[in-house]
Amino acid sequence: MSDPRRRVRVVGGAVLLLSCALLLVGLGIGSTGFASVFALRDDPVALQIVWDIRLPRTLGAWLAGALLGLSGAVAQGLFRNPLADPYLLGSASGALLGVAFALLLFGQAAAGASPAAQWALRLGLTGAAFVGAVVAVLLTLALARGVQQTLRLLLAGVIVGVVLGALKDLVTIQSADILVALTGFMLGNTGLVGWSACAAMAGCAVLCLVAGRLLAPVLDGLALGEATAASLGLPLGAMRAALVAVLALATGAAVAQTGLIAFVGLAAPHLVRSVVKTTHAGLIVLSSAMGGLLLMAADLLARWLIAPQELPVGVLTALLGGGYLLWLMRRGALRGAAR
Amino acid sequence: MTALEARGVTVALGGVEVLHDIDLALAAGRWTSIVGPNGAGKSTLLRVLAGLHPGRAGSRGEVRLGGAPLAALPGRERARRLSWLGQGGAGDAGADDLRVHDIAMLGRLPHQRWLAAPSAADHAAVERALRETQAWDWRDRPLGELSGGERQRVLLARALAVEAEVVLMDEPLANLDPPHQADWMRSARALADRGRTVISVLHELSVALAADALVVMARGRVVHHGGCDDPVTHAALESVFDQRVAVHRVAGQWIALPR
Repeated sequence: MSDPRRRVRVVGGAVLLLSCALLLVGLGIGSTGFASVFALRDDPVALQIVWDIRLPRTLGAWLAGALLGLSGAVAQGLFRNPLADPYLLGSASGALLGVAFALLLFGQAAAGASPAAQWALRLGLTGAAFVGAVVAVLLTLALARGVQQTLRLLLAGVIVGVVLGALKDLVTIQSADILVALTGFMLGNTGLVGWSACAAMAGCAVLCLVAGRLLAPVLDGLALGEATAASLGLPLGAMRAALVAVLALATGAAVAQTGLIAFVGLAAPHLVRSVVKTTHAGLIVLSSAMGGLLLMAADLLARWLIAPQELPVGVLTALLGGGYLLWLMRRGALRGAAR
Repeated sequence: MTALEARGVTVALGGVEVLHDIDLALAAGRWTSIVGPNGAGKSTLLRVLAGLHPGRAGSRGEVRLGGAPLAALPGRERARRLSWLGQGGAGDAGADDLRVHDIAMLGRLPHQRWLAAPSAADHAAVERALRETQAWDWRDRPLGELSGGERQRVLLARALAVEAEVVLMDEPLANLDPPHQADWMRSARALADRGRTVISVLHELSVALAADALVVMARGRVVHHGGCDDPVTHAALESVFDQRVAVHRVAGQWIALPR
């Protein structure tokens, strides 16, 4: 009885501990290396480098990864499909389209960069990304006519992703400023994450974790089939809508600050499930922590591999995640996905 | 006394009527089996009785639980009073990672307040149900590690853990070996003896004949509803299967053999 529950805590603790260790390493990665960390007390420039640049972007990578891991866990449970992921469902593309629209409408106004304008921009971008993600998920569901057939769901997700991506391109070429602002987003970039972005993501992450935890029993019920879940007296329609909102908010909040980052949402729940079997309540929390750890590690790698240059972290996760997906498919771990 | 009653139930699926104007009153504290050829509408009727059939165009009628309309009951109350076990309910890979104990505990969801930890009564009900289906020993194992028959016993435990006054089961014997089929029969009988109403859709006619009453269906209609010992019931059963089966008395029980 207590044993499996303890295992969840042990895994969660280990992931968080590792995350803290990587956070410390992240403070020391940059052109001035650990010298800045050691000079914190007496060098205001070093303080600024560590406190205003390295810390928020490292923390931001963790938060974005946590949001993606959470939305992956929710998507896989909600659509009862081990391949569901914010990126493959097209919701990330929808979120990016929302960001492009928001930049087109309000981008110039916020360019003044007063702190208040910065915060307003962050919130506006997050809201726009959320709306875009909701629209994309609904489009994918309508196109796939439900969630039962994996192949159809994935094809619909790819189609929605491509079409919304093309729309985003249309919006982007309206103005050179947006093109520049969005290029970083499209590659998936944590370099621009500051404290305001961190706060926006942390707020959304807390909201999504609480809501996800509240709604987790529905996902457990749905795993036994639609009718069984209905027989448990759960208001399925309302709860499904709430779960789509959680999925879209988590995806939107991550995309609005860091752009398209593929596969973290897919890989985090799979990694968690390979080490511990638990209910969705545990899975959602652990997948968030695991997603955070994954993206933070990828971010450090992206900053360190070709230092003093850095890779966009989205490129790195796409390469690593693509490889991981291939390996999963070969291992046959996606049982039921080929139906 | 009537536990569950269908009045004028007509169901259309995709524009085709699959149940035609069914009137059926199922006695409380008894075990009733629903039998009939493939496509007779047995599973659809069971879903309607469980309140799980969404009202679609072309569907009419009403189900009453203890004399009150089922549709008017709040979802949680319905879930506490009616327990339902579907056919092949755990084909999803998503369920593979859930542990046996967690799955049985889902049956207690209608009894729990939102987010409240399971009470001592919940734990006791889950333990009783898992012991009843002899699944208690694997309570910490994930469903994905179990065989088809073992999974079925876990799902049965989930339905029993609700401890509802009416238990509806759709082909509960799927994947069960003969000893565990016999165990299931004893469980169904024990439930009825404790005053619960048991309604099961069964393809194993000899098991179905161990019930108190038999509902014989064909082509979306109830052809006959009578006691399992009644020769008229046996005749109805033989008739819907085109006289390809015959009911015999062997060692004190009714069995149906192919002719």
